[in-house]
Amino acid sequence: MLSRVADSLYWMSRYVERAENVARFIDVNTWLILDLPAGYQEQWSPLISTTGDDALFAQHYGDAAKQNVIHFLTFDTRNPNSILSSITAARENARLARQYITLEMWEQINRFYLAIQNGARLAAGGFAPGQDFFSDVTTASHLFLGTLYATMSHNEGWHFCRLGRLIERADKTSRILDTKYYLLLPSVHTVGTPYDDLMWGAVLRSTSAFEMYRKRFQQISPDRIVEFLVLDREFPRAIHYCIVNAETSLHAISGTPVRTFGNNAEQRLGRLAAELAYIQVREIINRGLHEFLDDIQVRLNHVGEAVTNAFFALQPVPSVTQHQAGRDA
Amino acid sequence: MDEGVRGAFQLTDAFFMLFDGYNTGGFHDEMFNEDGTPRPCARLLYERINAAGDDELRRYQQAAELALFRMGITFNVYGDEAGTEKIFPFDIIPRIVAADEWAQIDRGLRQRVHALNLFIDDVYHEQKILKDRVIPTDLVLTAKSFRKACVGLTPPKGKWCHINGTDLVRNGDGTYYVLEDNLRCPSGVSYVLQNREIMKRTFPQIFDRSNVRPVGDYPSYLLRTLQELAPAGNPSPVVALLTPGIHNSAYFEHAFLAKFMGVELVEGRDLVVMNGYVMMRTTKGFERVDVIYRRIDDDFLDPSTFRPDSMLGVPGIMDVYRAGRVALANAPGTGIADDKVIYAYVPKIIKYYLGEEAILPNVPTYVCWEESEKKHVLENLDKFVVKAANESGGYGMLVGPHSTAEQREKFKAAIEADPRNYIAQPTLSLSRVPVIVDDHFEGRHVDLRPYILYGEEIFVLPGGLTRVALKKGSLVVNSSQGGGSKDTWVLSC
Repeated sequence: MLSRVADSLYWMSRYVERAENVARFIDVNTWLILDLPAGYQEQWSPLISTTGDDALFAQHYGDAAKQNVIHFLTFDTRNPNSILSSITAARENARLARQYITLEMWEQINRFYLAIQNGARLAAGGFAPGQDFFSDVTTASHLFLGTLYATMSHNEGWHFCRLGRLIERADKTSRILDTKYYLLLPSVHTVGTPYDDLMWGAVLRSTSAFEMYRKRFQQISPDRIVEFLVLDREFPRAIHYCIVNAETSLHAISGTPVRTFGNNAEQRLGRLAAELAYIQVREIINRGLHEFLDDIQVRLNHVGEAVTNAFFALQPVPSVTQHQAGRDA
Repeated sequence: MDEGVRGAFQLTDAFFMLFDGYNTGGFHDEMFNEDGTPRPCARLLYERINAAGDDELRRYQQAAELALFRMGITFNVYGDEAGTEKIFPFDIIPRIVAADEWAQIDRGLRQRVHALNLFIDDVYHEQKILKDRVIPTDLVLTAKSFRKACVGLTPPKGKWCHINGTDLVRNGDGTYYVLEDNLRCPSGVSYVLQNREIMKRTFPQIFDRSNVRPVGDYPSYLLRTLQELAPAGNPSPVVALLTPGIHNSAYFEHAFLAKFMGVELVEGRDLVVMNGYVMMRTTKGFERVDVIYRRIDDDFLDPSTFRPDSMLGVPGIMDVYRAGRVALANAPGTGIADDKVIYAYVPKIIKYYLGEEAILPNVPTYVCWEESEKKHVLENLDKFVVKAANESGGYGMLVGPHSTAEQREKFKAAIEADPRNYIAQPTLSLSRVPVIVDDHFEGRHVDLRPYILYGEEIFVLPGGLTRVALKKGSLVVNSSQGGGSKDTWVLSC
């Protein structure tokens, strides 16, 4: 398929996933705050850290007050990672790949976009988006994903969609875990209190992992949560799951057998997958969770760059045959 | 009147509110006779609309608009930073073309496209028609759309104009006239298909027993026409549609056609000339392209042959084309036949090559290049529609009766400065159709653009784009100037 179209499908998928994750952060934080004891400082700035846009936020807003943070993350077009910016970009990419995606996918992403636009208009008129809005964003993302699964051939283009989505999701799960872990762990006042459970519960909820975690481990414990969100092979938002399946798609695209590599993206992703397959949660904690997650994010960035180089940024080599002809003559 | 028809009339009386007060206003109306009775071909439609009732009609109209919106068939409103998008206005009352009328249009279009193709081929080869002084040589050679680079070139299968859209209008007496030929990149066919689709989604019962000829097979014909152009001996040629990109106003159509033909939609940056072939960048390396349906103008096609500042084209593509290793549709140079001044000579062109009278007449046209005609035009500017030879989209146009003295002065100066570039036509009283305006119907002027494919055979799509001037009294139907569209029903009997 055309490199440019593959590029668009990959980014379309990443942006939808990004919007969904931002909506999850906001949704869960809003819930969490309802349970906090009086006098406990509302925590909104960590949300900005999860998308890595602290500097941009500081530039445009003074105070990390709830409405500022929510607006910045939801409708602010100056923020390239806001929900509105992400869905606009996803739709533009869908438009670029319009002849490749199905009509159903296009209609779904278009409805998604119109709904966010509508939310932005309401917000501009003073109606701040409520809880429903953010769960609707998640649902719209799931609808898009479902349409993708159910209407598009599971061909090369589909694998580019999946690759983009899973790399994005692995990155976001690592960021949620990083931020929350960093913020929650030192708060000795809450250790062993009901709030400890609540806040760890929020981490799980923001990755839709609460119920699945309970089935696996029952009791809330930071180590187990890390184990679940990093190393689980079956939970679809766990980093390991994302990497393994991204790897499958990458190899489906190139045709190179898994556990070998034909390009730099496969090499880098394969190494990451191998490490996650053979590491234990104790080692992660001992090494330092923050360092570990930071390393994952850096490596995912490198994978992304390698995917671009391998598939999207093909350079012409017009002189090759002429040289050969020259030698033959 | 037989029983059935009378019965139908009795039925409609109860709902007569809908068309009550509708006035054909002295124009030829596509749906009604002068006395207000529906035309025979529109009678069934008339009954269905009345049977639906006005509440239902409004609901269908809204549903159609919502469907267009959801499908993202929209254009951006320029200068609006909130990213507001609008749909192209669509009116759910179909425009009907009777079977016998269509038969004549069909014959006329075949004749016209056939003759124009012979003309283009002649102009780039022997120039017999110029030597025989049927058309002034200077007129052709000074045309902006005449491409020196194409002299002596023979495109695949000797065909130049593969995809054509011819604008027809109907005058007060009901005669169809050709208003202009579009032989470069005529757009709008996706709206023909989409409008039909929307109608079927929102108002399906209206089709029952209506004998409407289908239009949905256009992409198959188009694909076949393109495949036939492939360099010989290639059983499965790679076809691509070349678009200027996402910001082009016709991008929706480009994506639509590529999708329904199952071919790649490419931009200039996807293509590169390598080792004498046009190649596209794919995830598996470079892949050869055999046929390109290009939706960019000659000027932008190849910066190394035409405009060097073009960012949209593919450097070197003309060399590959000359070597017969890629086919381009339409062929570069085809634009010479849709120059608005050359248009005035098309009846002579038909006569010269085919020995026949034009089946579809031209609108009487004054060519300002001819001194005597220029004089007549300048003296009667308030009566004429003046058009620049190489503009489209309703730009560079003066509608005399609706113009101000200042506008006329401006055009007078422009014509004096460059008479070659202007033609004038009498203001036609274009035919009208009913459109929904709030809670009632009003007449609005329309044109009709049928689409003609010229491959091994000529295919005329039985339908076309009906464009409506939605502003009351306006004669300009272009979407950039407040025009909308309707589903166009060509009846099979």
